[in-house]
Amino acid sequence: MAKTTDAFALNEWLVIGRLEDATHDKPRVTRLLGQDIRAERTADGAIGVWETDLAGNKGRALPVQERYGHIFVTLGDTPRDLLEMPEFEEEGRRLVTIGYVRVKTSPLRVVENFLDLGHFPYVHTNYLGAEPQTEVANYKAEIREDVDEVWATDCSFFQQKAAKSATDGQQSEYEYRVTSPFITVLYKTCPIKPGAWDLVGLFVQPLDEDLCEAHSFVLPFDEENTDVELRHFQQTIFLQDRPILENQLPALLPLTPGTEMPARADATSMTYRRWLKKKNITFGVQKDAASTNSRAA
Amino acid sequence: MIKLYDYPASGNCYKIRLFLNILGVAYETVPVDFYPGLEHRNADFKAINPLGQLPVLDDDGFVIRDAQAILAYLASKYDAAGTWFDRDDPVALGKTMMWLAFADQITATSSAARLHDVLGFDLDVDAARKGAHAAFRILDDHLIEQEFVGEYWLAGDRASIADIACFPYVALAPDGGINLGNYHGIRRWLARIKRMPDFVEMPGIFLEFDEPMAAE
Repeated sequence: MAKTTDAFALNEWLVIGRLEDATHDKPRVTRLLGQDIRAERTADGAIGVWETDLAGNKGRALPVQERYGHIFVTLGDTPRDLLEMPEFEEEGRRLVTIGYVRVKTSPLRVVENFLDLGHFPYVHTNYLGAEPQTEVANYKAEIREDVDEVWATDCSFFQQKAAKSATDGQQSEYEYRVTSPFITVLYKTCPIKPGAWDLVGLFVQPLDEDLCEAHSFVLPFDEENTDVELRHFQQTIFLQDRPILENQLPALLPLTPGTEMPARADATSMTYRRWLKKKNITFGVQKDAASTNSRAA
Repeated sequence: MIKLYDYPASGNCYKIRLFLNILGVAYETVPVDFYPGLEHRNADFKAINPLGQLPVLDDDGFVIRDAQAILAYLASKYDAAGTWFDRDDPVALGKTMMWLAFADQITATSSAARLHDVLGFDLDVDAARKGAHAAFRILDDHLIEQEFVGEYWLAGDRASIADIACFPYVALAPDGGINLGNYHGIRRWLARIKRMPDFVEMPGIFLEFDEPMAAE
């Protein structure tokens, strides 16, 4: 597809890889919102990103931010701010980038799945949950107008192996924060440091409306696991989700009320969809009959 | 203790974990940062396997590479009953070796398509999928012929290391955009393997609720 015309999506800061993914001798050649792009480390040490044409020739240079271990770019002229995560400054935390998993579905479906506690015991059996402890306790999901973010708080769930550093099951407390249609952060009870939260972040790179790459990181207090072990744990979780996501139909996220049946555990998902609707985002969203016709015309 | 140099998302590492679990042999894993770290290509790992490939097994100082070779080694050393790798009957040995070699054909095609679709590896995915379908047609025909003569496994009337060797990248084919819907012999064989005692899952290979659970 060609570059999207969705003004909201165009003016987001979007991930396109880890800092290590674009080097002098090996650029990262990829796509964003239907636009081919190329990222490479330039002579002055900074990362440059350009739009490219079908032959791979560089066109317009894009604004770049190197933050949180990743490369962010925007295709728009008036981008909303990238999220702030002050936890990155806290001593004792460790940043481990996970890399990405490519998924043939709407980027919005990947974010929504990340917000869903209900699938833990079924999809992530013995990792993030297990039968018969499948109950999702009541929690609170809201749009915080002051910061323009979606939050879910007071989430609680019994988990076998809530994090790599957990040896026994524990009742995990969760908070979810959605700062962009394509970015969400999970704050999770730290198994080894009472009162602290571990962070698991998801940055979804929208390649096309129905194709994306899910990049992620963890920022825990953890002294016993190696980076590689933390990576493998998170990659396992994402690879368990992937076939489920690719089988969700339609691939584009429906925002019309009543299209999919909500359960109580889906409160965060419903709030996320409501927030997307308010933003008039169309990228990755199922088109209604009228707009489908106009697209064909 | 046995050490397995391991990547959780690798079908070739998984077949070793599966077989060790079936044999009931204890082992520990050495996690290798295959992606995104590409640790298998660095000098330290190449000192262990100059080919730069996973898995590698270290059994008390004996270091062996190549998934199929490892299966043959483990069966010969740890399967006291000798059912998983029959080396006494030349015909059984020949069949087992033939299908062990076939596993590499599946890896070269189906695994390549998966690396493209999941990790964005730059390769000719159409050629990979076409190759996988060609291999799966041969496999499917063979499995259906086996059913006609009352043998439900690749190399005879009982499961062998050939089944373990071919299983992962057939089961993972949908990850690479390869639909298994029309391969009925393959689908029944996958379900038989998943019903084996001591079967273990890996991400992308899981027990499905709608799979037939009745015995043959």
